[in-house]
Amino acid sequence: MRNTRSTHLLTELSQPGRRAVVMPPCDVPETPLNELLPADVLAESPPALPELAEPEVVRHYTNLSTLNMSVDTHYYPLGSCTMKYNPKRNERLASLPGIVDLHPYQPEDSLQGILQLLYELQQFLTEISGLPAISLQPAAGAHGEWTALMSAAAYFRSIGQEQRKLVLSPDSSHGTNPASAQMAGFTAVTVRTVDGAVDMDDLRSKLNDQVAVFMITNPSTLGLFETQMAEIADAVHAAGGLIYLDGANMNAVLGISRPGDIGADMMHYNPHKTFSGPHGGGGPGAGPICVAEKIAPFLPSPMVVKEGDQYRLDYDRPESIGRVRTFFGNVGVLVRAYCYILSYGPDGLKAVSENAVLNANYLLSKVKHFLPVPHGLRCMHEFVASAAKLKQEKGVTAMDIAKRLLDYGFHAPTVYFPLTVPEAMMIEPTETESKEMLDSFVEILFRITEEPADLLHDAPHTTPISRPNEVQAARQPCLRAVCG
Amino acid sequence: MAYLFNTPQEQQEMLASIGAASIEELFEQIPASLRLGRPLDLPPAMGELELTQHLATLAAKNQGPGDKVCFLGGGSYDHFIPAAVDAIASRGEFYTSYTPYQPEVSQGNLQAMFEYQTLICELTGLDVSNASLYDGGSAIAEAVIMSMNTMRRHDKIVVLGSVHPEYRQILDTYFGPLGTQIVVVPTPGGTVDPAEVAAVVDDQTACVVVQSPNFFGSPEQVQALADIAHAKDALLVQSFDPLSLGVIKRPGDLGADIAVAEGHSLGSPMQYGGPYLGIMACREKFVRRMPGRICGETVDRRGKRCWVLTLQTREQHIRREKATSNICTNQGLFALRASIYLALMGPHGLQDVGELCARKSHYAATQIASQERFELAFSAPFFKEFVVRDLQNDVATVLADASEAGFFAGVALGTWFPELADCFLVTVTEKRTRVEIDGLVKTLALTTNRTTIHA
Repeated sequence: MRNTRSTHLLTELSQPGRRAVVMPPCDVPETPLNELLPADVLAESPPALPELAEPEVVRHYTNLSTLNMSVDTHYYPLGSCTMKYNPKRNERLASLPGIVDLHPYQPEDSLQGILQLLYELQQFLTEISGLPAISLQPAAGAHGEWTALMSAAAYFRSIGQEQRKLVLSPDSSHGTNPASAQMAGFTAVTVRTVDGAVDMDDLRSKLNDQVAVFMITNPSTLGLFETQMAEIADAVHAAGGLIYLDGANMNAVLGISRPGDIGADMMHYNPHKTFSGPHGGGGPGAGPICVAEKIAPFLPSPMVVKEGDQYRLDYDRPESIGRVRTFFGNVGVLVRAYCYILSYGPDGLKAVSENAVLNANYLLSKVKHFLPVPHGLRCMHEFVASAAKLKQEKGVTAMDIAKRLLDYGFHAPTVYFPLTVPEAMMIEPTETESKEMLDSFVEILFRITEEPADLLHDAPHTTPISRPNEVQAARQPCLRAVCG
Repeated sequence: MAYLFNTPQEQQEMLASIGAASIEELFEQIPASLRLGRPLDLPPAMGELELTQHLATLAAKNQGPGDKVCFLGGGSYDHFIPAAVDAIASRGEFYTSYTPYQPEVSQGNLQAMFEYQTLICELTGLDVSNASLYDGGSAIAEAVIMSMNTMRRHDKIVVLGSVHPEYRQILDTYFGPLGTQIVVVPTPGGTVDPAEVAAVVDDQTACVVVQSPNFFGSPEQVQALADIAHAKDALLVQSFDPLSLGVIKRPGDLGADIAVAEGHSLGSPMQYGGPYLGIMACREKFVRRMPGRICGETVDRRGKRCWVLTLQTREQHIRREKATSNICTNQGLFALRASIYLALMGPHGLQDVGELCARKSHYAATQIASQERFELAFSAPFFKEFVVRDLQNDVATVLADASEAGFFAGVALGTWFPELADCFLVTVTEKRTRVEIDGLVKTLALTTNRTTIHA
């Protein structure tokens, strides 16, 4: 019953002369354009965009949308990506005309509501992080990493230690960590992990007066809390370095443990993970960063300050690294985070983490009986199972299982990350799933491990397409409707 | 709690399955000394009704479109958004879906991405587009990084003084500490003299960065600047206004190698400056240096046409410290909105918008400049925004009086350009009616009279 015409491309649906939008007649003098702009600037004709009527555009995209899995339609046990429910109230509130239709250069006295919201969000996020200073400006988690590292570089310059050019991160870290370090002008150095924990000997051997920052994800990408955290912080600080905490996994520790209290000097949030901003098929997110007092002067400019009852943007920050993005940042995402935090309050946020960790441990307790979980009998909000044994016995890979799950209406877990676990399947239930959902997921996952290998190699069988030829896509790139 | 499922009974059942006595026990990995041990100091929880009332109160403290008529621009624009954009883009299957790493269940998003790339290529006149970047400002920085890596020149870039001052601030942040020389060529007449650019571009230069139409609203001589850059084997990076391209020549047709833009005005609201849409397109030969995600066409096992994320070997999750950028996201939802917008507008809708912007802004400029107190600061042609000089050099009062009368009349330029402290930037989009423009002009005229009387 699928509308197969909807998967035609817009260019294939186009008919010359069709119109969806007709603008009002010009109510000022209709001066010929070549009297307003010089001939060498004017295009001979507008770009050859497709020509469509509105119903066709609506039908095209509506049908395309039904080819997606989404949180509103399916369960996503996707480790590290924290695909939790996106509350509908947040969408409505972020779309209020008095919030969404504001121009960034309006006078500050006309923006007191949004500035108050951003100021209060700054307070909330510093309280949750245990770090006193904040910038809401970075546009994504990785942008936050880079911004914090640039701030750290400025800090070291200010104390005459610009020789600190190394950024260390564990082999299990997110790929953005070393990439951000390199982008910020540092050299990235990898530290080994053993059973998911930082190898203290390897770390110590790499600490010296060249080290600027140690970047750590805690809880780790294996879903374990790094129990040596205090020891790590002491060692890095004793060597004169800073600790950066990748906040991707904050969903596990809200109200329970704060990065600032466990030795971190800098961190970023992923509001789309921790505070339920919708993922949008790949964005937008945001990447607010919190830092220790000594890094505060170097944070991006501007920031929101309160004076008496008035809120304003403070640009007078002489030691700031400057601006990292136009205007104030991804305000729409920040409004959703603000609404989320207020919806829960302090007890509720703690309950979020408690239930995320309860759900993850419940799944772990069931899954470990048929898919080994190499690290830890307990976990935080996620855990990493391994299909290595299944691969050895039946030739069935983590990817085969992932693809077969799609047939049963579950999104796949994160596979092949972290790199330190063979045939990794990183599973994160989140707190916004029911026990019944988790039970049915476990049941299906088990059933898949019993299915014939051939069936799994060919999976998925019921999705709109079967496995795509990714090699061809990369070898003969076709990146637009009419390939070059 | 509205979004949590587990009842106390279920919690007990789950703990029994785990073999734990309490939820507290599950957190035993965290040493006691690293635990908070007190409630977070945050406001108490609000139900949906209270929260709705609270946000309404905050919204009412702002002055929005119901309160003031907006003539503000400078990178954020009050353009019209057809209802179909909101209706389609707010579908949960788009809104709440994940990055399309599982293509079999993401063909909707992937095809939308592919169509976005196709539309952006057509819009810019360039060969390839990525699936978007953060915003127009950081996209320029990424274009510069791409130029440096492509040309293997990291020491110098040339930037026009008419590029958005916040974009230039971003370039300073990105490249200043790394020792890159950023040569800014001044534009005292509102546009650059290409000869002055030619004088500073050399064989150390990675790229020339131009915005056209520029921050003051005027087109630059992009073709001449591209020729100057290419003569020294440097690239030309052009930041463009997507809504100008219904009437103005495309970056690719003018010799730009990399085109970047702030794309929010393609169907997304102003939302106090973000999130926005960073557009980037380039010539085919540079595609493997391009940051961000790219979607490509291929076939599935049954030979059916389909789409996947491709060329991912450039990316941070594979190359880690050797990646060409650290960007691990795009602005999927806003790229989708831009696609829907462009599909609805078509060539003629885009042309209509461009013509309306050009005509209405010129009408407004003529009327404002006919007031004794004001003149246009520059004689250069402009598209939809222009610089007004207050001959009495009291821009703050002019803008404050206009605001009181119900108009956000323009953006004061003194913050960024001390030599233009007596000037402000006025923007007129297709949304502004003649009545609104006449209202603004009348208000500015009253300002003139009032000040004269006071004098």
